[in-house]
Amino acid sequence: MSLEIKSVEIKPKRETFGHVARRIGEGKLASRYEEATYDLQPTANFHYKPLANPEFELYDVKKTGVVMEDWYKFMDPRQYHYASYVTARAKQQEVAEQNFVFVEKRNMLDFMPEEIKDEILEYVLPLRHYEWGANMNNLQLVSEGYGAALCNAFMFHAEDRLGNAQYITRIGLLLSENEAHVLDTGKDKWLNDSSWQGLRKAMEDTFVLKDWFELHIAQNIVFDAFIHPLYFNLYEQELNKRGGSSQSMMTEFITVWNEECGRWLDMTVKVAIDESDENKELITKWCEKYIDIAYDAVLPLAQKILSNPVECVDEVKGQLIARLNKSGLSL
Amino acid sequence: MTMNTQKRKKRLNMKDKYKHMTRLGWDTTYQDMDDVFPKDKFEGIVIHDWEGWEDPFRMTMDSYWKYQGEKDKKLYAIIDAFAQNNGQKNITDARYVSALKLFLTGVSPLEYQAHRGFADIARNFRGDGPRVACQMQAIDELRHVQTQVHTLSHYNKYFNGFSEFAHWHDRVWYLSVPKSFFDDARTAGPFEFMIAIGFSFEYVLTNLLFVPFMSGAAFNGDMATVTFGFSAQSDEARHMTLGLQAIKFLLEQDPANVPIVQGWIDKWTWRGYKVLGLVSMMMDYMLPESPQSWKEAWELYFEENTIALFKDLERYGITVPDCAATVSAEKDHLSHQIWMTFYTHAAAAPFHTWLPDEKKMDWLSEKYPDTFDKYYRPVYEHWGKLEKEGKRYYSEMLPQLCQTCQIPMLYTEVEAGKPTQIAHRQTKFNSERFHFCSDHCKDIFENEPEKYVQSWLPVHQIFQGNCGGSTLPEVLKWYKVEFGQDNLDYVGSPDQKMWKEWKGEE
Amino acid sequence: MSKVFLALQAIEESRAIIEAIIKDNPDVEVENQTAMTKVSAEGKLVINAPTVSDLIGREWDPQELQLVLITLAGNVDEDYDHFTIYWDN
Repeated sequence: MSLEIKSVEIKPKRETFGHVARRIGEGKLASRYEEATYDLQPTANFHYKPLANPEFELYDVKKTGVVMEDWYKFMDPRQYHYASYVTARAKQQEVAEQNFVFVEKRNMLDFMPEEIKDEILEYVLPLRHYEWGANMNNLQLVSEGYGAALCNAFMFHAEDRLGNAQYITRIGLLLSENEAHVLDTGKDKWLNDSSWQGLRKAMEDTFVLKDWFELHIAQNIVFDAFIHPLYFNLYEQELNKRGGSSQSMMTEFITVWNEECGRWLDMTVKVAIDESDENKELITKWCEKYIDIAYDAVLPLAQKILSNPVECVDEVKGQLIARLNKSGLSL
Repeated sequence: MTMNTQKRKKRLNMKDKYKHMTRLGWDTTYQDMDDVFPKDKFEGIVIHDWEGWEDPFRMTMDSYWKYQGEKDKKLYAIIDAFAQNNGQKNITDARYVSALKLFLTGVSPLEYQAHRGFADIARNFRGDGPRVACQMQAIDELRHVQTQVHTLSHYNKYFNGFSEFAHWHDRVWYLSVPKSFFDDARTAGPFEFMIAIGFSFEYVLTNLLFVPFMSGAAFNGDMATVTFGFSAQSDEARHMTLGLQAIKFLLEQDPANVPIVQGWIDKWTWRGYKVLGLVSMMMDYMLPESPQSWKEAWELYFEENTIALFKDLERYGITVPDCAATVSAEKDHLSHQIWMTFYTHAAAAPFHTWLPDEKKMDWLSEKYPDTFDKYYRPVYEHWGKLEKEGKRYYSEMLPQLCQTCQIPMLYTEVEAGKPTQIAHRQTKFNSERFHFCSDHCKDIFENEPEKYVQSWLPVHQIFQGNCGGSTLPEVLKWYKVEFGQDNLDYVGSPDQKMWKEWKGEE
Repeated sequence: MSKVFLALQAIEESRAIIEAIIKDNPDVEVENQTAMTKVSAEGKLVINAPTVSDLIGREWDPQELQLVLITLAGNVDEDYDHFTIYWDN
């Protein structure tokens, strides 16, 4: 006996939304990322000028000197929309959580030399304020930037910075066995210790930048390319040799995150400079400016924690320049 | 003497731990704080101590990622299943889908604006606590717009009226109502944005937007939207507590803030109510199975529930919004008048309208005993006659729009006891005359005329030649509205044809 | 005094939470609606984590409420071991 199930054929009229089809081609299936990103931000017919900043529209390409024919050329190679983003981070936080639990349960910090604990509290813990500043800057990018392709990614990047700051805080509390006064001491270092002032000033100067793409270059492309490899790669390599390997267990989230962002960050530079010579010139100028600032800001910190600070900062600078040139700059 | 060799680590309570995880800012010294935070003083709001802020929900990022990741896993499993099984076949009737079109074109773009807006205030408030709470809301709102787009993506494949939602929101005449509403909030200062959206919209009025759509979905077999709704709601609970905390914080900081906040509550409850007119007609006319009337929803969610809230705020000197009486007076008329507007202008709107059938009209008689049979049934019966004669009525005129709320001025003097007389107010500014649907909209204008003169009124723009031409087909082309597909009556539409095929009818 | 309320999705994960609420809040009212359960009380409502944990046989974190919460009315106070909703008036 054969069973025939009568069913009405249900044929779709279209594969996706009009604005998405115009970008990817008619009759093609769109990805979740594409539907969640393309043309989400309004571009026309705004009703009122912002009270606080009436020289610009609510969303305005003129808020940066970078000129793009299409701001959706900046599609994220990681294809992060909210769901794929939180899914990825949920996995990463679970690994981080296991690491913290492992360190705690095995009392691994009992075997970390006191001098290393002190060093981390003095020279790494204040980075929670650096990450907070980076969070502020990325929120500024979400607010002032143009196009959902970049701004969605800036939102995720902002929350990542808050996550980083919270992990660093957690490390501080773990090392001090919840003596929260170490956080105050760390803040005091950030505010008053001479080795931190170059970095703090550099950061505060970015808080008042008017051009948002310049802010992106300064914070996400340049400053981070000095701080993260220095603290969470080179410094940790030395710590491992000195008996402080628990630190790299506890900063696993930040390390993995940093590697992951590279693809997206490099794309933002490449796409912008591929667009025009003017963009390339502008971004070159910014990179040169902020690389110099970052170098000077970071060296005093490197001198406190690394056995060969100048070599390390040079190495990190060299790697950044190589990366930027791979994206098309000629630094 | 015994020695306790077991190490005892001090345990931090959640409140303290959360403070350590969020109070990460500092007073800048290389740049002036007022340059770092240029937007939070010009509105006249006085903050003495940002640490007066109580964090409502204390979620660190790791918890956020964990729980939101779990929620999205469940949500997308259902969205996938819905698509796989062609769940759209199981709704009560394809007329219902026009409610979803209204949602994607009118509401989803507002979620995107909320995302950018909360990120803006998260950067521009001086206090750490509110900044963290606001940025969590910013990323939540991005979640909402994206999950809405994904949920409705499947409907878009089969039904017209979804495809150009982004293009329509910025151009089509009635969509300037929600667009101008949110542009107004976005262009205001950070404190006004917080009261407008965080409090008035996300707290006072939220149940009047989401519950109608979600229970409408449940009653009409739309599992995908129901699931999206529930999934978003737990985010909304956090948003509601943020709004409540924000208003209490402002009111407690300085008595000078009270009249400013009261003014914003008055303005934004009214502007929000005007946008919700679209929801009222959705509830009463667009759902084949209606769980609740607009009148019932207003009575429950505002007149009952919100009383507890305003009682809580009484001690600060805050009163119930001054428009409450007007809204209450209009509750027997609102949905009918706005449906009539859309019924008659169906040629120009990318969703369908239709005449209520006998069953629906009897339901409306029951829910609106004082008004429906007296004022509105006769009109529908008249249009029904025209339809039978093959002369389904389509207006060929463009309506005057209110300068403030931008709704066509087709509402009547209900509060003044003259429900058949069109309501019209006017004022002059810089020797130009402006028109309004009500005293409340006129007051809003007169309070900030330089702002509202800028409105991009779609009908004015059409007449000025900025919308593709002077004929309806030209304008529709400019709108990217497909004539005979996206617009006109449900009866005779491609949506209806397709639905009948699926159901094996005709 | 005004009523506080809590609405949870009517799914498995909510069952123990509602049971715990009933256990620890004597005058609570429970209303079963389509796909959701509404719980209301005069002035205050407390969810105690230990109570829920006992009912499900594992440690329950009040933040798990995020997974099933639909809406609530009232001020919120939370800590590791409880989630409380209350009005001040």
